[in-house]
Amino acid sequence: MISVIAQTLVAPSIPWVDLSPLLILLGGASFLLLVGSLVPRWPRGGYVAVTVGTAIAAAVMSMIKWNNLGYDAPESVLSGALNLDRFALFGWITISVAIALVALLTHDYLTREDQDGPEVYALYLTAAIGGFVMAASGDLIVLFLGLETLSLSLYILAASNRRREESQEAGLKYFILGGFSSAFLLYGIALLYGATGTTNLEEIASVLNETVSLQRIDGLLLIGIALLLVGLAFKVAAVPFHVWTPDVYQGSPSPVTAFMASAGKVAAFAALLRILVTALERRVDDWRPAIWALAVLTMVVGSLLAVSQTNVKRMLAYSSISHAGFLLIGVEAAGHIGDTNGLPATMTYLLLYTVMVIGSFAVITVIASADDGGSSLDDFRGVAKNRPALALAFTVFLLAQAGVPLTSGFIAKFGVIQAAVKVDSYAIAIIAMLSAVIGAFVYLRIIVTMWLEDTDKAPAPRVPFASGLVITATVIFTLFVGVFPGWLLDAADLVSAVYGG
Amino acid sequence: MEHQTSFPILTALILLPLIGAFVTIGISNRRPEWVKLSASVFSVATAGMAIWLLSAFKTSDAGFQFVSQHEWISSWGISWHVGIDGISLFLVVLTGILFPLVILGIDPHHDEKKYLGWMLLLEAGVMGSFVSLDLFLFFIFFEIVLVPMYFLIGGWGYDKRVYAATKFFLYTMFGSAFMLVGIIATAVLARRDLGYLTFDLVELAEKSSFAVSTGRWLFLAFAIAFAVKVPLFPLHTWLPDAHTQAPTGGSVILAGVLLKLGTYGFLRFGLYLFPEAVVWFKPVFFTLATIGIIYGAIAATMQTDLKRLVAYSSVAHLGFIVLGTFALTEQSVSGGVLQMVNHGISTGALFLLVGMIYERRHTREIAELRGIQSVAPIFSAVFMIVMLSSIGVPGLNGFVGEFLILIGSFETARWWTVIAATGVILAALYLLWAYQRVFHGEPDEANSTFPELRPKEAALLLVFIAGIIFNGVYPKPMLDRINPSVDKLITHVEERSNFTRPAGVAYQIQEKDHSDDSHSSGDSYDKGKGDEDKGAGDNG
Repeated sequence: MISVIAQTLVAPSIPWVDLSPLLILLGGASFLLLVGSLVPRWPRGGYVAVTVGTAIAAAVMSMIKWNNLGYDAPESVLSGALNLDRFALFGWITISVAIALVALLTHDYLTREDQDGPEVYALYLTAAIGGFVMAASGDLIVLFLGLETLSLSLYILAASNRRREESQEAGLKYFILGGFSSAFLLYGIALLYGATGTTNLEEIASVLNETVSLQRIDGLLLIGIALLLVGLAFKVAAVPFHVWTPDVYQGSPSPVTAFMASAGKVAAFAALLRILVTALERRVDDWRPAIWALAVLTMVVGSLLAVSQTNVKRMLAYSSISHAGFLLIGVEAAGHIGDTNGLPATMTYLLLYTVMVIGSFAVITVIASADDGGSSLDDFRGVAKNRPALALAFTVFLLAQAGVPLTSGFIAKFGVIQAAVKVDSYAIAIIAMLSAVIGAFVYLRIIVTMWLEDTDKAPAPRVPFASGLVITATVIFTLFVGVFPGWLLDAADLVSAVYGG
Repeated sequence: MEHQTSFPILTALILLPLIGAFVTIGISNRRPEWVKLSASVFSVATAGMAIWLLSAFKTSDAGFQFVSQHEWISSWGISWHVGIDGISLFLVVLTGILFPLVILGIDPHHDEKKYLGWMLLLEAGVMGSFVSLDLFLFFIFFEIVLVPMYFLIGGWGYDKRVYAATKFFLYTMFGSAFMLVGIIATAVLARRDLGYLTFDLVELAEKSSFAVSTGRWLFLAFAIAFAVKVPLFPLHTWLPDAHTQAPTGGSVILAGVLLKLGTYGFLRFGLYLFPEAVVWFKPVFFTLATIGIIYGAIAATMQTDLKRLVAYSSVAHLGFIVLGTFALTEQSVSGGVLQMVNHGISTGALFLLVGMIYERRHTREIAELRGIQSVAPIFSAVFMIVMLSSIGVPGLNGFVGEFLILIGSFETARWWTVIAATGVILAALYLLWAYQRVFHGEPDEANSTFPELRPKEAALLLVFIAGIIFNGVYPKPMLDRINPSVDKLITHVEERSNFTRPAGVAYQIQEKDHSDDSHSSGDSYDKGKGDEDKGAGDNG
């Protein structure tokens, strides 16, 4: 017995180069915190430059790794704790893009609030580390560590505006409910360990493969899967585990909301897919109906509740819930034997949604007046008259979220619907498209308010440079991918190598 | 039978208005006089190309012409595949001509630059819908036209414009929701036959075959989208609102070409892709079309708003087209295609005239208008001609299409046709009654200063009237081009279903006078075929 332990305690070799995106983020976060506290006053834009630079470096290293994969690099590193496959790298690149864009927004937000400092930027980077680990995790415990790193950073970020009560409230709400859901997740992991004797995803898969009769462990396993799903459904804001989302999205500073809706979703969905597709592939018939129900509820309830809102941030919070439902369609499709489209469709959706949701919140950040309270629908009246370019950009994002063709949103929607149809899930495809019609009503309401209603209010503030940059880049990307999606789809197809891992 | 031409003229037809939209929007605010010029140049150039298509179109060729195909999203099997045949040719030409007329002739009153930008975008979208030969491409255009139309209604319409625009958008999107799933399912299921994924219409229609029940479900998914767009009873309720609240230009385009996306969709995608399902569902669509004809006519009779009256008359007219389409005889389908164009001309002109009345009197209430004939005789005469064409008086364009539809449908949908024919009488009732109330009698004080037709308005209407009379007197050039494609389509349906067309239905329009004889004498189907070949040969 002792010898066995001794054997397993042999330190695994560490592939420093392969892990470089992760290490770059760590370096960036440490640099911001250390140097930020040692050097009291940085030049204007210093923090954001470091953050964006870190994100770009991480993205570039991930892309290099993406290209090298299949030649020499190992997929599973650190004794199976992390998987450096294309699935993980796709998630890493998406999260890196999210950090860079959100950091630029944050710069303008903090400058306006006169609260510029390194903490928020450092927290983005630590949150991203958590997200990276979740996307790449090969072990339930590692996954949980990543989730906690991400969540703790997000709790603080939500409460990061010290002067606003709503922000404090959002942080506290998120913290309490998030902690609650983490407990579910951890309990699920424990039960899964009890059922299979391991926390490694691949090993769980092989245990489930090899055990002919599962009678003995079925109860534990099923409850474990259920608890895992509850925990992760909370993180992706799936109905009925969504109640925190509107309050937290509305209360948090807009750039932080953008980060939660983008990077947070990417990490949670990547983790969900990892567990379900890698570890529980054998038990697809057990979890697929649950995902089906979650997806339908999430889409329908999300778009229905969005209709009755009068605050644009809240509308987008509910719309992000409904988008989570669409993403779950991809997960559901991945739960069919022989499916090859569910994973790429979900990952593509995540990337495209990341870009358009950050663009949307960028516009909201600009339009909302200095105290960030001005995101009610009334504040958007007549924006088209005062700031036509801004209104046009928001219109593009809203139409993209509604899934209108020639925007990236259509490509995203088409992808998941196609994945569902390919595995004969017609019902869910129809329900999805119909709930998209309900969703479109919400987006049209905002568009109407901007273009067709007059205002006597003073024009919206000027668009600051960094926000302008973010909005321009995201609009161009949204339209470009809408017209020329081929390259992205080809790239995303490569992530399906994770199947049957 | 596909012809690859060197110059991608159909692509140019889509891109030219698109570029025009951006150029027009990009014009500096200090140069307002350039805005209209730019929009006019681009739309007139588009019209020029569309008319050139007419002369270059090979009359007797039933296949797709001016085809160009380029790879687009290869991993999904999607290509930029455009082409036209006799069915879409005249819709493209109608679109090409109607837009410059609207752009030149109708004043939007405010925000002219944005208005014209949306108009040109709309034109690009409509053109694209009519020439697409790829399901994905078609869906993109079909759906994208919603956006400019939404802004046109919402931005330049009347009191309840936002409500009407939103209703229009959501209704159509509701239909599209089913169609998108249908499109994907069609391609995915056909892959099991073909071995590869493709959204190409021609390949799917010619090479794949679906199980009977599968084909029916798929057809139904497409049919919902088209039925909303037509609009077919009971999915029509968006139309009166959208038409009434839209600005005049928007109404003209909506009635003129946008509604045809639905009927055209049935022909191009319904019949072509799912022949068996179309034959099976025939009675349902006969019934809905007939209900639409009668209901539209009765509802039109009840209206107090002149524009709403015209809107409901569209429901009735489009019902005829659907009836003809599903009756599946050469005459009824050709008549349907013809009627699509003719309805576009007549109803477009009617909306234009109602718009002019509103400009002058700031009301469309029939009760407030009286005795206009005595103060504005020319205006009244023009209105009379257009109205008679809409009723379907012989010698004007409306007659030809409706007559062909009724004759053709009588063969395969006898009792429905009998009921539908009463719709023609009802049309006379509601339009003549409206005319009587508005134009006859003694003008009261408000109406006694009703201005006469202005030269610019007259010039605009002259184009419509020329079309009305030409198509009424001499529809042969159009039918010569429509018929071969229609014949090919029906043959396609016959090959893939248990449907056979009734023997010996006369096909040439000049024979329409004898058509009663010809079907009673029971000419054989071969004879009919022979006639067609001869006719085609004559034109070639």
